[in-house]
Amino acid sequence: MYSYSFLSFVSAVLAHDWSTCILATPPHQLTVRVTRCTDFLANTNERSIRVRVCELKGVFKCRGGISGEMPSNKSVSDAPITQFVNCRILKDHKLQWEDLWVREGKILNPEKLFFDEEGFADHKVDCEDKIIAPGFIDVQINGGYGIDFSQASSDIRGGVALVAKKILEHGVTSFCPTLVTSPSDIYHKVIPELRVQDGGPEGAGVLGIHLEGPFISEEKRGAHPPKFLRTFKAGGLADLMEIYGHLDNVAMVTLAPELANSAAAIHELSGRGIAVSLGHSMADLSQAEEAVQHGAKFITHLFNAMLPFHHRDPGIVGLLTSDRVPPGRTVYYGMIADGIHTHPAALRIAHRAHPAGLVLVTDAVMAMGLPPGRHTLGQQQIDIQGLHAYLTGTTTLSGSIATMDMCVRHFREASGCTVEAALEAASLHPAQMLGISHRKGTLEYGTDADFVVLDDTLTVRETYIAGQQVWRK
Amino acid sequence: MKLIILDDYEQVSEWTAKYIRNRIKKFNPGPDRFFTLGLPTGSTPLGCYKKLIEYHKKGEISFQYVKTFNMDEYVGLPRDHPESYHSFMWNNFFKHIDIRAENAHILDGNASNLEKECQDFEAKIKAAGGIELFVGGIGPDGHIAFNEPGSSLVSRTRVKTLAMDTILANARFFDGDLSKVPTMALTVGVGTVMDAREVMILITGSHKAFALYKAIEEGVNHMWTVSAFQQHPQTVFVCDEDATQELRVKTVKYFKGIMDVHNKMVEEP
Repeated sequence: MYSYSFLSFVSAVLAHDWSTCILATPPHQLTVRVTRCTDFLANTNERSIRVRVCELKGVFKCRGGISGEMPSNKSVSDAPITQFVNCRILKDHKLQWEDLWVREGKILNPEKLFFDEEGFADHKVDCEDKIIAPGFIDVQINGGYGIDFSQASSDIRGGVALVAKKILEHGVTSFCPTLVTSPSDIYHKVIPELRVQDGGPEGAGVLGIHLEGPFISEEKRGAHPPKFLRTFKAGGLADLMEIYGHLDNVAMVTLAPELANSAAAIHELSGRGIAVSLGHSMADLSQAEEAVQHGAKFITHLFNAMLPFHHRDPGIVGLLTSDRVPPGRTVYYGMIADGIHTHPAALRIAHRAHPAGLVLVTDAVMAMGLPPGRHTLGQQQIDIQGLHAYLTGTTTLSGSIATMDMCVRHFREASGCTVEAALEAASLHPAQMLGISHRKGTLEYGTDADFVVLDDTLTVRETYIAGQQVWRK
Repeated sequence: MKLIILDDYEQVSEWTAKYIRNRIKKFNPGPDRFFTLGLPTGSTPLGCYKKLIEYHKKGEISFQYVKTFNMDEYVGLPRDHPESYHSFMWNNFFKHIDIRAENAHILDGNASNLEKECQDFEAKIKAAGGIELFVGGIGPDGHIAFNEPGSSLVSRTRVKTLAMDTILANARFFDGDLSKVPTMALTVGVGTVMDAREVMILITGSHKAFALYKAIEEGVNHMWTVSAFQQHPQTVFVCDEDATQELRVKTVKYFKGIMDVHNKMVEEP
């Protein structure tokens, strides 16, 4: 007996926009509440019926047997709104008991929603007292899961996609695939394939490529192949384009500022919005400071592949407390906090000297993510034991294999810093360094809803990109 | 009137919240029968709001069918300014409960036509069927809402220029900088609150003691606008010990003596 009038009611509803109305089908009165997420709940005085309805727009008119009218919801958008409740979110540098609101892939201002749009949440997600932090950003990762970004494999895009998908488990929502020193033809081939792209269910977003080399110091090349190192001729655009081929898709370049004509290169790159990082270098402090004045703003894996701190010439490390950094600018520095590549005491010294600049990076190599044991990677054999990856038969480390979430936990433990500081070192600081903190690395209103749900041990339980869950434990 | 005297601020907050909870439950609001509640801002009602949120989270009370009308709002302060009364209500109350925005009414201090905004507010109250329970506080100068000394006791919602006392009292919310404090506000009138079916005034702290004395032990006087409620049939004053310091011992003893009766009103329903 309800079905006829109910269906005609529903079809009327399908064409129109309302939130509450009275359906009078004598002798019963049916009160209906329609929410924007298109769930439609009808309560009769006898039972409840739940119906799913499509988007509603327009003005409703009376029809025989049905009456109802509702002010149209003057909303900015009809997209569904999700409210994450019972959570502590990282906001204003503190963990606070606040709800997180998301609409159309961005963090939503609930107060504005309430007063401007008279809106409300369509879905609520109970986070069960967990922590919500901005998604982690890894600005130095060379590969993982057997993929090496510096190889011009037959399926470069597939390789990046695999790593991008896997690192969601570590809480990384954006990253800079890193290319070590390579011959020019590798750059020409690979750079156009590693496109900047938004993250999503398929994987973390690519913010741009990090070119670590080839304009680096021979003495401090580390594991970079010596025959592909380069120097600047004039340092201008021509040099860069000759070697790299393309600069689109490039977010960062690591170079050694003591190389002649580096200033021109730093200028050119910074002018294009590419972050210049100092690393694999023999520079002294004044050379480093000059580079910063020309626009350099990052230090690649502090302490590694540079002159050690000396009390009469602090070298690049001295940038952490330099008084010649232009006002309003911050020098950021990457740290590999795997407990192996940097001694915890050194980590603490750097952190205490300049906490606002610390950026956690994995500098992960292709062995990251592979199970313990022996693996053949390219031309090399690697033995993985715990967090150590050795060249087979040696005690030579062949790179870092710690994941970003491990780095966050280790950093917190080793430095004794607050949870907030550890989380910001992996999210806010890299975003600030890249100049994208207006949309990434924070949970501010209007920024991209890339975030991680963590428990109190800082283990990643869920990862979200653009408000969509892309991984859960 | 009923004068409820409790030991301290926490007890006042709890008693008031329970009273409101019980009133709403007894009224039994529904989709075609909203409970209309007038609400204040400031430090006095904060504890009460916290308690109401607690009861809501426990499932003891829903605000789905409650319409709220706030007493006042500054003129010219951006709505999202942390000191606006919109921000206050959102952060301290609305965001923690299940009230829908269309049922929460606050005067818009940035309306292009302030007088029309005030008239519209009065019309909204009327359309909602009048106010069941209006909760308010009292200023040290005995004002209710922003009805400063000298306000007509039959006034309606209107624009008011704030007294210097009020501006000084509010400076602490604006970094102590007097130049940042708004000088005008939209406020419900004394008459508007008098129209409510029941009025509840919260008064805590010794700095309010003299105002309480003037409000209930002296005559009805537009210099102490809260005194108007002596002529309202259903007024409840809820205060702590400190606020009674200027009252006659006789008054305090009388009302303390009948607390048993008063406490029945806040028992679990």
